[in-house]
Amino acid sequence: MLGQIAYALPFLAQGFALTLWVSLLVVVLSLIAGVILGVGLVYGPTPVRWAVRIFSDTIRGIPILVLIFFVYYGLPAVGIHLQSFWAAVLALTLFKTAQVVEYLRGAVASIPKGQSEAAMAIGLTFRQRLAYVIFPQAFRRFLPPWINGVTDAVKGSALVSLLGITDLMQAINQVIGRTYEAMPLYILGALIYFAVNYALSYASRRLERRFAFIRD
Amino acid sequence: MGYTLNFNLIWRHFDKLWGGLLLSLELAVISIAIGIVIGLVLAVWYVSAGRVVRAIIAAYVEFIRNVPLILLVYLVFYGLPTVVDLAYSAQTSFVATLALYSGAYLVEVFRSGLEAVPRGQLDAGKAIGLTPWQRLIHVRLPTMMRITLPALSNTFISLFKDTSVASVISVPELTYGAQWINFNTFRIVEVYLVVTAMYLVTGYALLFALRLVERWYRTAR
Repeated sequence: MLGQIAYALPFLAQGFALTLWVSLLVVVLSLIAGVILGVGLVYGPTPVRWAVRIFSDTIRGIPILVLIFFVYYGLPAVGIHLQSFWAAVLALTLFKTAQVVEYLRGAVASIPKGQSEAAMAIGLTFRQRLAYVIFPQAFRRFLPPWINGVTDAVKGSALVSLLGITDLMQAINQVIGRTYEAMPLYILGALIYFAVNYALSYASRRLERRFAFIRD
Repeated sequence: MGYTLNFNLIWRHFDKLWGGLLLSLELAVISIAIGIVIGLVLAVWYVSAGRVVRAIIAAYVEFIRNVPLILLVYLVFYGLPTVVDLAYSAQTSFVATLALYSGAYLVEVFRSGLEAVPRGQLDAGKAIGLTPWQRLIHVRLPTMMRITLPALSNTFISLFKDTSVASVISVPELTYGAQWINFNTFRIVEVYLVVTAMYLVTGYALLFALRLVERWYRTAR
């Protein structure tokens, strides 16, 4: 049994690398898209606000699995052909973007109004207010929940196995298909996911403590 | 492009979606009910327990919260029967998994609620001669409920959405119904539009109902 699992380790390592790659792409892309849309939600004109609000509430209101299937099977139906890898990344990124939008909105809303007014009073432009006053303060409130949410991206990435992408989850299932050692392999897989996510949530707790001196 | 929406086939097979939604709700309600019991018992135990028990409860919570639900679903359905002599249906297996999963999330919610109960309330309970058990039932749990209800509502809705993972072991809930129509009729965009609407309406209806409970709970005392 151990021999069979040892034999499968390089294959599992490849799957694990793909899990990390998908998670990294999703985290980076959703951070960019989420911050842009989040600024649109907080400061944009009414139509933009409504559009982002509807996007965010719709995406957060449906299971991530439905979103993955919608993107994966739906896009080719309307003539857009993506590799299954990119369809999976797109679906997970949409999901994560909606979360980032909410983190950003919450972080900006936690900055007292007086800060913005004071910045206006000394004649800072909108961009200067964001860059020098609002974002540096909001960043500290944004960071802990965001890092905590990175674990969601890693966990969510396990669903791409359903699209035939050989991530860690799919690699485990394939090795089980050959060796019939279901329990040891699922436990091994669980421990790998656990190690990654626990390290991330540990980092988030440390950061939260690091920024605990900030008072409202 | 040039895709024409045609919902006829969706309505013809709508029983798959409607039955699926009812099953999703059933899975959620049963799992959450068991999860609440697990969560309450472990949370109350945790706040008064010694280090060893705390470490064990924390290990359960951290393990479940850091592993993808889909892996836990596979582990219980395909893995567990290979080492223990048990036979169970996919549905039972999923309910057991989601119950353990929701239990881990609810322990955290209840625990932080219990720790937020003001010290003075417990002292007051002690001062009027309540036993520890009476203090728990009449002082700590009601106060904790009021503190945790908003967080609890969000957890419930998120767990309802998690029932979609049951489709991977062929439990015929809403997402499974969507896939069935997807593969058998190829009205792909239509079916996922309808299913998105069904999840949204159900989720927001649940949220609205839970907000009503919160308001009632706030004014009832």
